[in-house]
Amino acid sequence: MKGWMGKVRTLLLLSVLPLILSGCGKENLTAFLPKGYGAQVSLDLIVISLIVMIVVFIVVMIIYTMVLVRYRQKKGQENFIPKQTEGNKALEIIWTVIPIILLVIIAVPTVAATFNLADESDKDDSLNVNVTANQYWWHFNYQGEEIQTSQDLYIPTGEKIYLNMISSDVLHSFWVPSIAGKMDTNPENENTMYIEAYEEGVYWGKCAELCGPSHSLMDFKIVAVSPDEFDQWVEDMQNVDPEAEPETASAQEGQELFENSCISCHAIGSSPTALAPNLTNFGDRTAIAGVIDYNKENLVEWILDPEKLKEGNKMSSAPYLVNDELNEEEANQIADYLLQLKPSEITPESANNNE
Amino acid sequence: MSTTTAQRTGFGAVLWDYLTTVDHKKIGILYLISGGFFFLIGGLEAMAIRIQLIKPENDFVSAGFYNEILTMHGTTMIFLAAMPLIFALMNAVVPLQIGARDVAFPFLNSLGFWLFLFGGLLLNASWFLGGAPDAGWTAYAPLSTTSPGHGVDFYILGLQISGAGTLIAGINFLVTIVNMRAPGMTYMRLPLFTWTTFVVSALILFAFPALTVGLFLLMFDRLFGSGFFNANMGGNSVIWEHLFWIFGHPEVYILILPAFGVFSEVLPTFAKKRLFGYTAMVFATVLIGFLGFMVWAHHMFTVGLGPAANSIFAVATMAIAVPTGIKIFNWLFTLWGGNIQINSAMLWSLSFIPTFTLGGMTGVMLAAAAADYQYHDTYFVVAHFHYVIVGGVVFGIFAGLHYWWPRMFGKILNETLGKITFWTFFIGFHLTFFIQHFLGLMGMPRRYWVFLADQGLDTGNFISTIGAFLMAVGTIVFLINVIVTTSKGEKVSGDPWDGRTLEWAIPNPTPHYNFKQTPLVRGLDALWVEKTEGRKEMTPAEPLDDIHMPNASILPFIMSLGLFIAGFGFIYQIDNISWLLAVFIGMGITLGAMFVRSVKDDLGHHIHKEDLDKGAGL
Repeated sequence: MKGWMGKVRTLLLLSVLPLILSGCGKENLTAFLPKGYGAQVSLDLIVISLIVMIVVFIVVMIIYTMVLVRYRQKKGQENFIPKQTEGNKALEIIWTVIPIILLVIIAVPTVAATFNLADESDKDDSLNVNVTANQYWWHFNYQGEEIQTSQDLYIPTGEKIYLNMISSDVLHSFWVPSIAGKMDTNPENENTMYIEAYEEGVYWGKCAELCGPSHSLMDFKIVAVSPDEFDQWVEDMQNVDPEAEPETASAQEGQELFENSCISCHAIGSSPTALAPNLTNFGDRTAIAGVIDYNKENLVEWILDPEKLKEGNKMSSAPYLVNDELNEEEANQIADYLLQLKPSEITPESANNNE
Repeated sequence: MSTTTAQRTGFGAVLWDYLTTVDHKKIGILYLISGGFFFLIGGLEAMAIRIQLIKPENDFVSAGFYNEILTMHGTTMIFLAAMPLIFALMNAVVPLQIGARDVAFPFLNSLGFWLFLFGGLLLNASWFLGGAPDAGWTAYAPLSTTSPGHGVDFYILGLQISGAGTLIAGINFLVTIVNMRAPGMTYMRLPLFTWTTFVVSALILFAFPALTVGLFLLMFDRLFGSGFFNANMGGNSVIWEHLFWIFGHPEVYILILPAFGVFSEVLPTFAKKRLFGYTAMVFATVLIGFLGFMVWAHHMFTVGLGPAANSIFAVATMAIAVPTGIKIFNWLFTLWGGNIQINSAMLWSLSFIPTFTLGGMTGVMLAAAAADYQYHDTYFVVAHFHYVIVGGVVFGIFAGLHYWWPRMFGKILNETLGKITFWTFFIGFHLTFFIQHFLGLMGMPRRYWVFLADQGLDTGNFISTIGAFLMAVGTIVFLINVIVTTSKGEKVSGDPWDGRTLEWAIPNPTPHYNFKQTPLVRGLDALWVEKTEGRKEMTPAEPLDDIHMPNASILPFIMSLGLFIAGFGFIYQIDNISWLLAVFIGMGITLGAMFVRSVKDDLGHHIHKEDLDKGAGL
């Protein structure tokens, strides 16, 4: 089975290689270039079903073309009445039985893959991350590690990671096309899926279930690093001192402002607070609020007017904005504070550099 | 001066005629006009979506408004455009195809139409009253239960009212086809379009109540504080998904089967051959309808139902490909050996075969649950359902309109304009949607207000938008065609296509009573049977006699208007309790009209046989 699938894969890879080069999407985003187990299983199934279906399509098109070429009305034959055939038992049996066989060819691997991807037998021996989806951000709580992150999910390569997913508000769907297919997050029950990244890298994740105005701005990242790097990251994250004093004066001011206001929703360091994204390693984030280019100017703009950049997000109703308590200078100081929150050497850079 | 006055009274009389009509032919025209109107609105919404997505991070519309547009595009196209346009064809054709003088319940037929129209108007009124619904046409809870404003309330009440109309129409056609068939019109002699109408009516009967129940629960959650879909109150949002798709999946077969029926009429007529494998076609239709109820959870593979449920629904879904494949091959072999004449109706029908085969292919691919984890809720799915709904249903409606236009309006649509429409729409369609299969797998989820720059999605989206403009051009040319044909087209005979079925046995224009004498049906393709024996007309099954016809009535219009008023009352009573007054007034109007209908005998009227020859009822 495995060898046969491998052959199909090679064959397909050769035939579609030009297509890939000419653009099958962006690496680490597209489902056409799988970098993880779930995405690979899905793509294999896509390929099998596509091949079978192309065969069917070719047969239909051959008959279709023959019919149109041979039996189109010719000049002077306008009144010709063809033979009125009622049907043909043999033919009808053929085009009932052959499709059934073709469908079995697709159905068997489908059922196998569906059970394979739902396998939870080694869940207890693996790293478990509790994922909470919110309008419009993702919260990741590493079970038993006392680590929480938001937006960027760090994982080690080559291991199964179990994600236990739930939503705090409306339906969302967790999708990292290059690593694995989707799983919805529901408010009432926990859904479990596992992911395994083959190579290091920063992978784009997207919300795939309509969840409000900023549904299209609910991106997140999976940062896959080597197991050693991951262990170091865990250690660094566990040893974070949430009260560590920043170096610059501006950032110190920012810290004070943060602790008087932002801290009621945002946590720094391990904390059960999940009203808003955990900002422990904000200095290493790949983007602001999931989608905005990471730089100080944008961060200040975000702090001062989140509604403009992400319609309908809950930060817009924060007291400091409702009461207009923050001026631009203070926003600058908070930004300085947040940008220097770099608790670990292991960053998205580490995932990108190990090529 | 005198002529304008005459025209004005003329217009008033025509208006009153259409407001009160219970004639299936006129109700068909009403469905066509209103369905066409909503089709244009839905098309405008589609264009707004495509313009927004022409380039990355575009800001043609705001994020919240975009969600309103995409919700209304889906809802309008399914409930207010595709359904009524199909009902237009059914009303125009089915009673004629079975040799009946009207449907079984002409009064209900009118009621069904007015309920649909007022429901649609209520839903679209939301645009002007604080914003349209924004939770998607699927209205998944809790997004729909927590959506601010009244948009989703308009969705609930609008669909509830128009859904009641659809249910009434479905029951009406069931009874019509069971009871009103002409002598000799056995079930296995029914034309395929009538068969598909029959099966579809049964699907409506069983599918729409699920929507009705779902909408009521949603209404209670939003307007009366219940918590059926609220997890915090012990409810469950996944139940809405089940209820919606238990309705929603049969709904797509409700749309596509009549289109299959249209092609099964058009292809034999213009290939000059009887339908290949008629019996197999009938059983395939019934089987598709039956299986359509067993597969709803394939819309929910990623909800977390577990591998057993996913596998069962995956395999059941694949099974539908078998009867659909049977149909495709039967159509191909109907053409095989024929004498194929290609005109506009035929162009739509012929292009349907490869287009729908592509949609069916991706349908089977989507059925593979573990692969669907990638396709689900991406542009791949968007591409798939537009291939089946546009490539199947809309192509079918165009084919049906070109084919039956002379029956409905006495004139043949202009062929040149028809071909321009076809080619622009057909090319535009494939340009718009083929590329979307790839966009989906390249990482573009559906219902995205913006896609980000530098993610490899720019070119595909740009091509897609260009295609959408071509489709718009095609639609505009079709409108011009309708105007040109109406004003300049020449009247044709009652049988311009050398037809095979009973609707072509009637003179042009169709008399009010359809058949002067009920025809005797002696085989499949009843008219063709007579033609092969050298006769020009049907053999009558009865002597010439007085014809009993139903009376016109304004009551269906009043009943629907009452529900329309009550709808506003229900929506606004949570803001201000005095709006309950509108509920009482509206319901009072409706119930009062129902009371009048119940106590007042209305036995219809007779057209006397002496008057028939003098042109009565024309």
